[in-house]
Amino acid sequence: MVNAAPDVETLLAVARDVPDPEIPVLTLGDLGVIRDVRLAGDGTVEVDLTPTYTGCPATAVIADDVRDALHRAGADQVRIRTVLAPAWTTDWMSDAGRRKLREYGIAPPGPAAGGPVRLAFSVRCPHCGSADTREVSHFGSTPCKALWTCRSCAEPFESFKAI
Amino acid sequence: MSSVLPPLAAYALALGDDALILAQRLGEWVACAPQIEEDVALANVALDLLGQARTLLSYAGAVEGAGRDEDDLAYLRDDRDFRNVQLVEIPNGDFAVTMARQLVFSAYQYELYTALKSSEDGTLAGLAGKAVKEVAYHRDHATQWVLRLGDGTDLSHARMQAGLDQVWPYAEELFDPAGIASQLPGVAADPATLRPAWERYVTSVLSEATCDQPEPRWRSRGSRNGLHTEHLGHLLAEMQRLHRSYSGATW
Repeated sequence: MVNAAPDVETLLAVARDVPDPEIPVLTLGDLGVIRDVRLAGDGTVEVDLTPTYTGCPATAVIADDVRDALHRAGADQVRIRTVLAPAWTTDWMSDAGRRKLREYGIAPPGPAAGGPVRLAFSVRCPHCGSADTREVSHFGSTPCKALWTCRSCAEPFESFKAI
Repeated sequence: MSSVLPPLAAYALALGDDALILAQRLGEWVACAPQIEEDVALANVALDLLGQARTLLSYAGAVEGAGRDEDDLAYLRDDRDFRNVQLVEIPNGDFAVTMARQLVFSAYQYELYTALKSSEDGTLAGLAGKAVKEVAYHRDHATQWVLRLGDGTDLSHARMQAGLDQVWPYAEELFDPAGIASQLPGVAADPATLRPAWERYVTSVLSEATCDQPEPRWRSRGSRNGLHTEHLGHLLAEMQRLHRSYSGATW
């Protein structure tokens, strides 16, 4: 099958549409980890990907998934570059992403701008909406989440950490 | 080995070894921590450190230019070729010892990465900008435990103080001046300059935790030149065994 070479805008949309392997309701676009997609001189599609956390094991899976999606969209050669700077922040998460997280049962991150937050303000329970919640642990099932529990409905839930 | 490494490679290797060895130590807590949330927390901290170590070791290998990658450096060096401080290799002890070490080390790393954010080296600056956010969580985690144990019951206070007393002799080495950093002006962070802010932070935590700042009568030396405690070899045996027995094994 011969495809017309896809344009960069289309490829960027394809890359951004790939679901996150850990939180599949989010796309990589929602998460804000696709930094750039461009065509190199030799026709290779170059993707700049930024990890959420330096040690996040999902980063390798994300790179493979993006590569597969771009191949399916007609890109022959794909090169993934990991870019650390500027450092990823949850402030880059889209509003749609925040809404999808809440509906999925994960409290979306608060604002991170202004440096690391001591988590002083309350996180709303994604199940019942109560602000009467408490942090159980800074750390959760993935590097990006913390464990919380709701005092109103007594349900435990995860909260996306603001960084 | 290190005598032939370019200074930038040696610097990245030393910082990477600190992160790698502490990640391995913290991993030992998984399934043994006092509560399941701490299994998860310490695994997360270890994972962040491992991510930093991978970036730093890969970079050290690339700068060296002899074709060694992160796995070669992590798995195929012997203890005398490791450049981590002894602080990160000593055994975990009880939970208080581990939290004392976490306080000392994460407060140091926080100042280190804050300084390296303005390094002239793009890779170090990029990693530092990312890692400082992670380390802020590590430091806060350790701080909360030191406060809780130090300002807790008589027993928890005594054990927290004992933990601090045990790790303090290893802290000073983090700030030894000169060394490789002095050969990399504008690129590396001079460890001695990190000490005042570190001291302010840990002193305020210890004071709030009602613990005394230890005044050790001896201090560790020589780690950055490959002098280690007997414990590092045992740690490496466990960490490297699979890779050395099944050369080239991958997941």
